[in-house]
Amino acid sequence: MADVMRRTPMPLATDEARKSSFSEVALGYTPELAAEEASRCIGCKNMPCVSGCPVNIKIPDFIAKIKDGDYEAAYKIISESSSFPAVCGRVCPQERQCESKCVRGIKGEAVAIGRLERFAADYHNANTEVAEPKKNKSDVRIAVVGSGPAGLSCAGELARLGFDVTVFEALHTPGGVLVYGIPEFRLPKSIVRREVKNLRALGVEIMTNMIIGKTLTVDELFEMGYSAVFIGTGAGLPSFMNIPGEGLKGVYSANEFLTRSNLMKAYREDADTPIMKGGRVAVVGGGNVAMDAARTALRLGAKEVYIVYRRSLDELPARREEVEHAMEEGIEFRLLTSPVEILGYEDREDRDTFGFVRAIRCVKMELGEPDERGRRRPVEIEGSEHEFDVDTVIMAIGTTPNPLIKSTTDGLDVNSRGGIVVTEGGKTSRELVYAGGDAVTGAATVISAMGAGKEAARAIAEELKKI
Amino acid sequence: MYKIVYKKALNDSVIRMDIEAPFVARSARAGQFIILRVDDEGERIPLTVAGYDRERGTVTIIFQVVGATTKKLSALSEGDCISDFAGPLGMPTELEGLFDVCIVGGGVGCAIALPIARALHEAGARVTSVIGFRNRELVILEDEFREVSDELYVMTDDGSYGSHGNVCAPLNLMFADGRRFDKVITIGPLIMMKFVTEAVRPTGIPCVVSMNPIMIDGTGMCGGCRLTLNVDGRRVMKFACVDGPDFNGYEVDFDEAMSRGAMYRGFERHAFDSACNLMKKEGTDNG
Repeated sequence: MADVMRRTPMPLATDEARKSSFSEVALGYTPELAAEEASRCIGCKNMPCVSGCPVNIKIPDFIAKIKDGDYEAAYKIISESSSFPAVCGRVCPQERQCESKCVRGIKGEAVAIGRLERFAADYHNANTEVAEPKKNKSDVRIAVVGSGPAGLSCAGELARLGFDVTVFEALHTPGGVLVYGIPEFRLPKSIVRREVKNLRALGVEIMTNMIIGKTLTVDELFEMGYSAVFIGTGAGLPSFMNIPGEGLKGVYSANEFLTRSNLMKAYREDADTPIMKGGRVAVVGGGNVAMDAARTALRLGAKEVYIVYRRSLDELPARREEVEHAMEEGIEFRLLTSPVEILGYEDREDRDTFGFVRAIRCVKMELGEPDERGRRRPVEIEGSEHEFDVDTVIMAIGTTPNPLIKSTTDGLDVNSRGGIVVTEGGKTSRELVYAGGDAVTGAATVISAMGAGKEAARAIAEELKKI
Repeated sequence: MYKIVYKKALNDSVIRMDIEAPFVARSARAGQFIILRVDDEGERIPLTVAGYDRERGTVTIIFQVVGATTKKLSALSEGDCISDFAGPLGMPTELEGLFDVCIVGGGVGCAIALPIARALHEAGARVTSVIGFRNRELVILEDEFREVSDELYVMTDDGSYGSHGNVCAPLNLMFADGRRFDKVITIGPLIMMKFVTEAVRPTGIPCVVSMNPIMIDGTGMCGGCRLTLNVDGRRVMKFACVDGPDFNGYEVDFDEAMSRGAMYRGFERHAFDSACNLMKKEGTDNG
């Protein structure tokens, strides 16, 4: 009999498969494992887990259905609240959301809610066909800008409410961060493709290569007959540290490195898009994106990969499971360490090396007083400067909202960090223009963006009813 | 899919194509660029808009066959389609309030300089154009430049056509004569733009350069196109895709830009060679 205090482990791909292939690492529960884990849920009356979920999925209810073996019913309960259960089951930071409130977690380990969510979603996907695309007949057309988590969930909800929805995507493939950012080994692209297909089946039209703010402006969308516009353009602009050496060859933003590998398939030998492979790689940052970049570098053939993070293990903002997986895969964590300069080869005569990264110079940090967000502020230790050899440096220290729409839309208010200012339901300062996701909040989670997209869809429907 | 409606070789390695892309054509302006992908497996490459026809809904691109992607693109014919064509991206060249402008184009950069010269000419400005090429065989768009320029200097490095020398030679002569302009706009290889900037610097005439670095998305997302400006003694990072592609030449760190441009040199040579081999093979199979 399994120990009820501990969660049922998730089967994982073998170490060998993980070093060199981009296939998914966490393999998912079998029905037996799911039943075992579901039986750990004690079905609390006051359901604390639900309050921890950004979209308030009825967690004990769906887990009860898994216990009963009615997986399709479990999926139905989840999809009442969540647009993309197969995605969220994989990428939500459950340990900081639903699972952090689980009563089981007080004395033992919380119920693995995320794994069960994924199980129900994968079961549904494996056993149902997606319908053929259909054309929506409504004469009320709504434009959704961006096809990431916020845009897709907003579009889906609007289509279900009966509107004719067009999604405008700047890149050549829909999915936003789900396709350019999150790697295959964490979120297989087939899952995203299926969700997109589902939307088309609901009547949503998706136009790629449309950069709103450039190809068309928000005002032109209204002129074209769209009654409302939802902006879900994400937080796509990479930040750099502004230290010397960031212009050297071999320094990437995490966005560029991951986009080259994920979206442009640079990991394949026959790809047209190049990427620096092999060698020694330093990834600066401690979030999910840093873990994704580090593990991608490893799979591309890097000999050594370092995470360089200025706080300690306890403060790492990444999902716990990703940190564990990164460690298992041999990524070295250089904690309480902060870069001050990136050094390059300086011999102009040597054309093969000149201008490429040679090493990174760092200082050691110690944790001081907590800052306004309660995180202890790292303080530089004097005389701790040191350097180590690397040939690639990946900056994964955050992103800010893309300004393309703001700069071309009169009367759209943004805050000092570039986020679009919204009130309830995602209403912006412009009439019938709504926004949600990272474009509003700055870099956050997939699930909160989905929640915002859906909320905005309902607010748009309400508003249009009045007209 | 985006259809190629017109194709013409301007010289042995430079090709003009008009692509059917009505949404891009209706918003495009001189100085902006587009990003294309030839097929589903292809890389995204930026190309500057060389012209547009809003009524026909077409955008003109002019490119030199230098890498695997341009090689693949050059193999397509009128009537064929490419997978992706997105834009217009970047900020248009600022042309307002200019009455007397010198346009300096080098090589395939002349293709980008032409719409700017044309726009200025149509706005009634006096246009002095200096266009430079390595040799006679590579000269492109001479007639088109003549049409829109009040004064035209054609230069070749080896003297096989026009005047002998690089584009700085006529500039230096004009400046020595006391000739001044409202602005110098230069587009071409980085090394040429660097030398033009240095030639213009003593005159204090504003000098605009058009940067075309490596990039992926073209919307500010990847940061691969970043370059460094020296502004009042401070080093400032800019993204060519959203802040440019035009920059104040006096501020650009050309050495860093040239170094970054060579990041994938080895890969490109390899990809170009294998693309050539692939086409040789296909050629044999077909014939």
